[in-house]
Amino acid sequence: MNESASPLIEVVGLEAFYGRRRILHGVDFSVNRGEIRVIMGGSGSGKSTLLRHIIGLQRPVSGTVNILGVDVGRSDAQALLAVRRRLGVSFQGGALITSMSVGDNVALPLREHTQLDETTIRIMSRLKLEFVNLGGFHDLMPSQLSGGMIKRAALARAIVMDPELLFFDEPSAGLDPVVSAELDELILRLRDALRMTIVVVTHELESAFRIADRITVLDQGDVLTTGTVAEVRASENERIQDLLNRRPRSVEVDVDEYLRRLTEEDA
Amino acid sequence: MIATGLHLLNRLGRRTVMAVDAVGYAAGLLGEAMLFTLTGRRRGQPVRLTAVVEQMRQVGVDAIPIVLLLSLTVGLMLAIQFIATLSEFGAQSQVVLAVAKSVTREFGVLITGILVAGRSGSAFAARIGSMSVSQEVDALGVMGIDPVRYLVAPALIAMLVMLPVLTILADASAILGAALYSAPMLDMSVQTYLTQTLAQLTPRDVYEGLAKSVVFALLITVIGVATGFSVTGGAEGVGRATTRAVVLSITALIVADMVFSFFLNR
Repeated sequence: MNESASPLIEVVGLEAFYGRRRILHGVDFSVNRGEIRVIMGGSGSGKSTLLRHIIGLQRPVSGTVNILGVDVGRSDAQALLAVRRRLGVSFQGGALITSMSVGDNVALPLREHTQLDETTIRIMSRLKLEFVNLGGFHDLMPSQLSGGMIKRAALARAIVMDPELLFFDEPSAGLDPVVSAELDELILRLRDALRMTIVVVTHELESAFRIADRITVLDQGDVLTTGTVAEVRASENERIQDLLNRRPRSVEVDVDEYLRRLTEEDA
Repeated sequence: MIATGLHLLNRLGRRTVMAVDAVGYAAGLLGEAMLFTLTGRRRGQPVRLTAVVEQMRQVGVDAIPIVLLLSLTVGLMLAIQFIATLSEFGAQSQVVLAVAKSVTREFGVLITGILVAGRSGSAFAARIGSMSVSQEVDALGVMGIDPVRYLVAPALIAMLVMLPVLTILADASAILGAALYSAPMLDMSVQTYLTQTLAQLTPRDVYEGLAKSVVFALLITVIGVATGFSVTGGAEGVGRATTRAVVLSITALIVADMVFSFFLNR
């Protein structure tokens, strides 16, 4: 890991809203080259929203998102497209194009962004399918795959252009422990074999502890801490310990606020 | 009382803003799709010929049988009505002219437009809607593939080419339908009927229908894809958007048709 190099991702003071509800409160976040960073937090903590901002699907209301040296919020469409070719995203539900076979899905970025001939494209996309242990499945349609296979196919598509940066949204959500352990192994191999920088969003503690170099814990739109696995485990923050020990959070009720929410017409 | 009035006014205002917003969004999509078609190749975002051909097959070639069948029926129906009405004035022989003009200027293109709106407008909305719901549109975006270039531009080009083609086919089929009924009633052969039709038609009649078909193609595509992209709320939302796309585009077609006819026949 090269700590002195400038970070690949740098988020400063990011705020996000859904309507009047504030999802992110001035989040600062940075990822260095070559690390596996896990963004952890319960549901509603704002981790998916943070991810959507980093990959440029949402433009920041305030604050800046800088990725691979490009300011996502202020760059033009052309620069954004150029950056996107250098990163891979594996979505929570896979987001494979349902009208295309698995092989065509994986080959899609190559067909769209390169001038390679069809034979090379076929070999490259099958290589990536082999890498995620889906060799021989290229003719199947996404609807014929199981949940774990869809995630692996989506991973193959995300890495087919050999991106510098890989994002993985909820790799183990809805999968059995064995399959999710296999995905964790894949993520580790990607960093070691292909030297990718990887950002994983998850709420699965076990998987987070196994793969992370550093963990960022989000809670209700705030970054609670960023640190190594040991540091996060040793943290004295009550909310982090709640998350680690699966304790239900103790919600304090503000009586005035509560009554206002119940009675106000357009709260 | 005043409160309800204000409330209604408030709602009217919100609806108006939403409608203007939707029109603006649709126009933006249309502009972007055209820009990609013209300059995409230079910007590294080419509109693929294979995608265009595939769309042409779906919206055009696959629609040929039903377009032929329906316009044949409409032609028959027109002939029956015209002969019944015109014989009251002893002017049955004018049925050739009446059918030729009304089919080429009006019915051929309108029937085709409504059919394609039902088949393809809804298909655009359903396809793009379900792709947005399952994050496929997002996935295209983060892969550096502009969804407008990849999904909208091929559909737009295909529609702009195929709707006029279908319109010509519909015109021919409707006139043939009319000939099948009218020729025996007028004591002439079908062939003579068709020759007379050709003699009485001017290029302008056909152009009028074709000009409309181009506008219809734009309307159907843009309404279909815009409703598709604005889908929220899962599978149910996709269903709602599909219905909405069909209703909206048929409404737009009929209104546009009326406006066109008014200005072209002054």
